Amino acid sequence: MLLSGERVRSRLVTKVEEMSGQRVLGCYQCGKCTAGCPMASFMDPVPHGVMRLLQLGQVSRAMRTAAVWMCASCHSCASRCPRGVDLARVMESLRLLILRGGEPKVRPEGLPAELLMRAPQQALVSCARKYQG
Amino acid sequence: MKRVGVFVCWCGRNIAETVDIEALCRQLGRDAPVAWVEDYKYMCSEPGQQLMKKAIAEQHLDAVVVAACSPNMHEVTFRLAAEAAGLNPYRLEIANIREQCSWVHRDRDQATAKALDIVRSMVEKVARDEELQPLRVPVTKRALVIGAGISGMQAALEIADAGHEVLLVERQTYIGGHMAQLSETFPTLDCASCILTPRTAEVARHPRIKLMVASEVIEVGGYVGNFVVRIRQNPTYVDWSTCTGCMECVEKCPRQVPSRFERGLGTRKAISVAFPQAVPYRPSIDAEACLYFTKGRCGICQKTCPVGAVDYEQKPVIHEEKVGAIVVATGYELFPKARIGEYGYGKYPDVIDGLEFERLNSASGPTSGRIQRPSDGKVPKEVVFIQCVGSRDQEKGVPYCSKICCMYTAKHAMLYKHKVPDGQAYVFYMDVRAGGKGYEEFIQRAVEEDGVLYLRGRVSRIFPEGSKLMVWGVDTISGEKVEIAADLVVLAMAMVPSPTARDLARVLKVSIDEHGFFSEAHPKLRPVESLSRGIYLTGCAQAPKDIPEAVAQAGSAASKVLALFSSDELLHPPTVVRVDPEICSGCGLCVKSCPYEARQIDPVSKVARVREVLCQGCGACAAACPNGATQHINFTKEQLMSMIDTFTGPPDGAGRER
Repeated sequence: MLLSGERVRSRLVTKVEEMSGQRVLGCYQCGKCTAGCPMASFMDPVPHGVMRLLQLGQVSRAMRTAAVWMCASCHSCASRCPRGVDLARVMESLRLLILRGGEPKVRPEGLPAELLMRAPQQALVSCARKYQG
Repeated sequence: MKRVGVFVCWCGRNIAETVDIEALCRQLGRDAPVAWVEDYKYMCSEPGQQLMKKAIAEQHLDAVVVAACSPNMHEVTFRLAAEAAGLNPYRLEIANIREQCSWVHRDRDQATAKALDIVRSMVEKVARDEELQPLRVPVTKRALVIGAGISGMQAALEIADAGHEVLLVERQTYIGGHMAQLSETFPTLDCASCILTPRTAEVARHPRIKLMVASEVIEVGGYVGNFVVRIRQNPTYVDWSTCTGCMECVEKCPRQVPSRFERGLGTRKAISVAFPQAVPYRPSIDAEACLYFTKGRCGICQKTCPVGAVDYEQKPVIHEEKVGAIVVATGYELFPKARIGEYGYGKYPDVIDGLEFERLNSASGPTSGRIQRPSDGKVPKEVVFIQCVGSRDQEKGVPYCSKICCMYTAKHAMLYKHKVPDGQAYVFYMDVRAGGKGYEEFIQRAVEEDGVLYLRGRVSRIFPEGSKLMVWGVDTISGEKVEIAADLVVLAMAMVPSPTARDLARVLKVSIDEHGFFSEAHPKLRPVESLSRGIYLTGCAQAPKDIPEAVAQAGSAASKVLALFSSDELLHPPTVVRVDPEICSGCGLCVKSCPYEARQIDPVSKVARVREVLCQGCGACAAACPNGATQHINFTKEQLMSMIDTFTGPPDGAGRER
């Protein structure tokens, strides 16, 4: 991995920081987030590993991790972080970056009319928020 | 016949559990010289001591044995108590039945028998003990401080402020030590000069500090309170008493050489002052660089000097001084870069050490404080800092942690970012050890506010590629190998003792550890004392430490000196050796066996003499003496033989097995 100032302070890192309102360098890699994460065993890398990738400027690699989608947004990490970093917000901003940048995971026009009739409106709104960016 | 009292301590269960105290006391009570036996749960406690005092007075005891723990623990306690009860304190002995008996045995009967032997042998000894008075020696209330870095200066100032004269000896031509080379200090980032120069000025003008720069301690004789020190003042080739410090000579000198103070990053003249704020502000000639000394021509400085102060004929001068106490403050050096092959053997100009970075960053340094790399003067945009270079590396460097590097590396990275905001700073570390007031917060500030990227791992290799330095490292947190094309690399080299420490330790006859740091008397309870009385340690001479710690230790060493100077006489234990001149044949074996230079042959009478205050009572000469002319007071051959007889004599009713 080639490191440089340009990479470490790349536009994407700034973007993640702006969207999440968190400083990625605030994290000192103690691992407490991972230790308490209910989904950590389904993640590779684990939550603090995702933070480390961001610190090293590897945003696109962070975006390709399963962790981003496994995160249940339960905010256990945020409530226990000794450095006050809200990792759940960072995960959310990574999801948003993926969705804004790529193809929407769900197209409302592709959903069966039958489902649209049955599903609660709130579910559709949530779905659009989470998967469409 | 003496009336001996025996006081047996239970030490709670420590002794009583293994030794049958009741049986022990019963047996002892039957022995002839024992006039009184008593036992108590904690003899060292206030009631225990009272019980002993009362018995001494009421039973008219004239010798006492306390059967308890090691004499290292409570010999002083009991001797003071005995003295208060009117008994000569040297008529009290400790029989160690804890460390040497109850703690190391399980069998109660055997342990009891052994305890009985130990106590009986002490009864034999104490019955033959003389009444002694401590030796009294006068104190020269004048201190020698070796090394005028921040720690040495602080010690000197505190002793001098308390009213005593101080001789401050410094090897360099200026005072201030390595702190004079620093730009800013952690964790406050205040300028090192700004906090150092008031101190150097105070030292220079203090009426009770005699400053000797360009000087080295070459010989130390005598003993606590009365050291005789020989100091060699090396020539500066300028008579500083007439020199006015106009620096005309420096201006006119045609010879430029790399400056040691600037660590080779800048130049100076062959006649120069180390740096603009140097104290004393007087020039000196580097004979190795000077054209007059190397080629025999030039002489411009001598011609230029308006007061005729330049003196090429100056020779070293030896001064002899008397002092009562010595403070060692010889400081540190950095482990040489040239010993680390994978980082270029010190050959790449843009791989520098921490002190070099300090000079680069210093407003009075070679670049006037602009961060420029040494090779081409460009402002570096990618700077890699590597911690633990040589430290915690038993293979290539030293096994210990140099303690200050985590903090100064964070400081360097931070200062770099303040001067080059668009640059990137990386720190390779193994652990960040930031124990200190405001230290952890300082590290977090470097990371969060200044965006310093900390990478956990060591750098494997540095090699040049074009105008860049390729740094191959690892980030063990992510498990990734990392590569950085750096413009400048700063190595936080291990701190090692000053190269002069080893020789000085020999001269002072104090011990140093395997790395060359001076050894303290006790790592926790006597951290500023050496094992030789009257010689104290401070600063990095003892171990790596930062400025606040070095200053605190200096204060502590100074207070030890002041305590020594607080009385007009020092007491010396009277249990030294004595010679019977009628028997002594003057063979001189005692002189050879004495490690303290306390023995000599009288040139007139040709018999051996004892310099009592130098004698540490080790007994080596008494053992070496072939005809018993030398006897150790209160450890005479007769006493020792009687003790041995007790152990080897026939078994008695106590059930001793042989």
